[in-house]
Amino acid sequence: MSHAPLGARLASAAMLLALATPALASPDIQHWRGAGGSRVFFVEARELPMVDVQLLFDAGNARDPAGKKGLAVLVNSLLDEGAGELDATALSFEFERLGANYSAAAGADFASVSLRALSDETLLGPALRNLRRVVAAPSFPARAVERQKQRMQLAIERKGQAPAELARDAFMAAIYAGHPYAFPNAGALEDVASLTEQDVADFYRRLYVAGNAMVVIVGDLTQAQARALADELTNALAPGGKPSPLPPVAELAAPARISVKHPSSQTHILLGQPGVKRGDPDYFPLYLGNHVLGSGAMVSRLHEEAREKRGLAYSAYSYFSPRRERGPFIAGLQTRADQQEQALRVMRETISAFIATGPTAEELRAAKKNLSGGFPLRLDSNRKILEYVAMIGFYGLPLDYLDTFVAKMDAVSLAQIKDAFSRRLRPERFVTVTVGPTPAGEGAD
Amino acid sequence: MTFKPGFCRLALWLAVALPILPAMAEVHEYHLANGLKLLVKEDHRAPVAVSQVWYKVGSSYEHDGITGVSHVLEHMMFNGTANHPDDAFSRIISENGGRDNAFTGRDYTAYFQILEASRLAVSFELEADRMNNLVLREEKFEKELEVVKEERRLRTEDNPVAYLYETALATAYQTSPYRHPIVGWMADLDAMELAHLETWYQRWYAPNNATVVVVGDVEPEATRQLALKHFGPLEPAPLSPPRAASDLAQQGQKRITVKRPAELPHLWMAYKTPTLKPGGADWEPYALEVLAGALSGGDSARFAANLVRGQEIAASLSASYSLAARLDGLFVIQGAPARGKTLEALEQAVRAQLETLRENPVSEREMARIKAQVISSEVYERDSLFHQALVLGLFETVGLSWRLAEDYAARVQEVTAEQVQAVAKRYFQDDGLTVAALAPQPIAREARP
Repeated sequence: MSHAPLGARLASAAMLLALATPALASPDIQHWRGAGGSRVFFVEARELPMVDVQLLFDAGNARDPAGKKGLAVLVNSLLDEGAGELDATALSFEFERLGANYSAAAGADFASVSLRALSDETLLGPALRNLRRVVAAPSFPARAVERQKQRMQLAIERKGQAPAELARDAFMAAIYAGHPYAFPNAGALEDVASLTEQDVADFYRRLYVAGNAMVVIVGDLTQAQARALADELTNALAPGGKPSPLPPVAELAAPARISVKHPSSQTHILLGQPGVKRGDPDYFPLYLGNHVLGSGAMVSRLHEEAREKRGLAYSAYSYFSPRRERGPFIAGLQTRADQQEQALRVMRETISAFIATGPTAEELRAAKKNLSGGFPLRLDSNRKILEYVAMIGFYGLPLDYLDTFVAKMDAVSLAQIKDAFSRRLRPERFVTVTVGPTPAGEGAD
Repeated sequence: MTFKPGFCRLALWLAVALPILPAMAEVHEYHLANGLKLLVKEDHRAPVAVSQVWYKVGSSYEHDGITGVSHVLEHMMFNGTANHPDDAFSRIISENGGRDNAFTGRDYTAYFQILEASRLAVSFELEADRMNNLVLREEKFEKELEVVKEERRLRTEDNPVAYLYETALATAYQTSPYRHPIVGWMADLDAMELAHLETWYQRWYAPNNATVVVVGDVEPEATRQLALKHFGPLEPAPLSPPRAASDLAQQGQKRITVKRPAELPHLWMAYKTPTLKPGGADWEPYALEVLAGALSGGDSARFAANLVRGQEIAASLSASYSLAARLDGLFVIQGAPARGKTLEALEQAVRAQLETLRENPVSEREMARIKAQVISSEVYERDSLFHQALVLGLFETVGLSWRLAEDYAARVQEVTAEQVQAVAKRYFQDDGLTVAALAPQPIAREARP
């Protein structure tokens, strides 16, 4: 704003002052226990004639046994490849003829299956029975197991032509050495090749069970209908409980610089360390501080320093990605290969300066205004509501998490942000990954 | 077509009676005296509004030598006016809790804000300001051009499949401006000058070349008043839209190989096809949409059932066609062979699937499945304010009417199996086909701890 004529500044200020923060309405999350120790979360949304249902299991790739990296994704992708009496084409046709969308996904902490269907009962009923079939009676045909293994191996090989993926895999392997989070979601090539039908059946039987399940429902149903829907799903699941807790994530003992040679025109740079858990008491100050540092979409210090001032990158960012155990803190950008050392210096200096002095009062004020003023945007669709409720439920966050979100952000002080960043980030021990054509100069650190 | 044996055991295939959907929220259309068009659609589910400003300009308006100019100008639109200099635009939106960004396509350049609904005026004031008052400065331009080149490196140069698509489009189209990459050729970016942007801005950024779309928790008449206040005073500009010149009729099959460092081969095939014309009288584009649905509209569609499963010759395969475009386009099929299978074998298998569609009408159950998916999608899309605005803005800006967007599901319901076969016969012709293959070149591996 240094070039702003006075009049423009006043106009902008007036525009900001005129706007009162609106009353915030969060969805009413209803919660109960389902069959076999499962947990159910429901938000009634009657405006559109549709229902979203998601089942989540603590069965993400952090649960892959040693030497079987990729198993969680394989099992998750096989659920609709055959179930009950039906083969893959019949199962998908059954969803599709009803206009229903089925999807499945597996990340680090959880695996899920999702259904979006019209709420008309002649359509929802059969779609739900098909979902029950897929999640509770998958047949894991031998042919499908082999085919999905082949497709996963191709997907792993394809990452070798994507510098962003190479950088991410190298980064996670380095910051999580020895922890299940070290392994990429798609698994390891040799491991996937060796997975067996027995591995698939065992993983499914152990983890896709009622006591390890959570159901989230958002849509055009009464609570009684939602209860019946949840029962239909959870009653069909085999009994069983949660797996044992994941091991804690260790602190980085020393910095590491990893350089992967790749024939790209840009160098991809990632740096960071293990960050925070879901529910961590430092989460709010870290989230708010990082909004200023690297995640306020078009306005953040990294964006300003790397892109606006120097034209070094299309995107420059940082974020905390909380998980069950400490999720990653990542800062990244991509730049023309010959600029990599300059870009790395800018990133490091920007992060270190932020840790040393924290945000300015003006930056903090602007970040709080963004988060409070933008709060309704987080909940303006059934899909977004479902994602929040799934997160709240899976990680055991308080049911009033959304109701108190803005107030908790508002209460964060400058001192708290500075304190949290200086305690939680150790840039002198960051892992630095570069993927690109130019090997890093020796002693460039 | 062959269904797997398991299918016969499924006694429950019946064309389901899809429910009558609740009436769509009405779209309100307003015309300002200066030529600006305003579309407003109410959605009161959340106290949020999406505002999009669509300009009729994009890469298909460009000519050789200045490709990418629309997109670079889109970037420069965030670099300040006299009233809101530098990055004031994004800072003001951000402090209001909003999100803002922009996207450039072949036929459009569009800017959007998503805001708590009472703050719509912030969006209108800022957008109206930069529609007329953009300040283009050399120093800022030089940096932003570097950012755009980084964007091109990120998305295209270093992504072998994207690089294949870019080369394939430039091959399939001979005279159509759809052969230009939206981001521009690197050589044109290298040669770009501020004067190109100034000309482009003066030529296309005017109220009579813009459609403003608002969807959300707003009241139509109040929104019109707000638009009058902010956009109303802007002066229209003389416009000379480019001739709607679709591609020269193709005179035989084209084949290319693209060599890039990569791990896996990739196949891209495209047939020349028409798009919907203003008025929307033609049924063919709707039949082509159903045809794409028969091939890859779900996991029970033919590509997934027969080629990914079944013959196990594809690792992934999809068909795509879009009827909403200013100029005629392509029916594109692209994917990767399964492990141990060749691009040639995959291409032959795809051709056999297309041949089946040329020879036989699509079954009744496939037709019912595709139509059910289109009807339910209409409901699901209403879960997103942004998507609702996007569809309205797109149809208007490519020269169709938003009414055709609203009629889409109904028009697809009218398509017959015979019509689907007819478009397969007419357009799956070798003379209008382009085949592009990614031939992976070795990547030297070297990791240093």
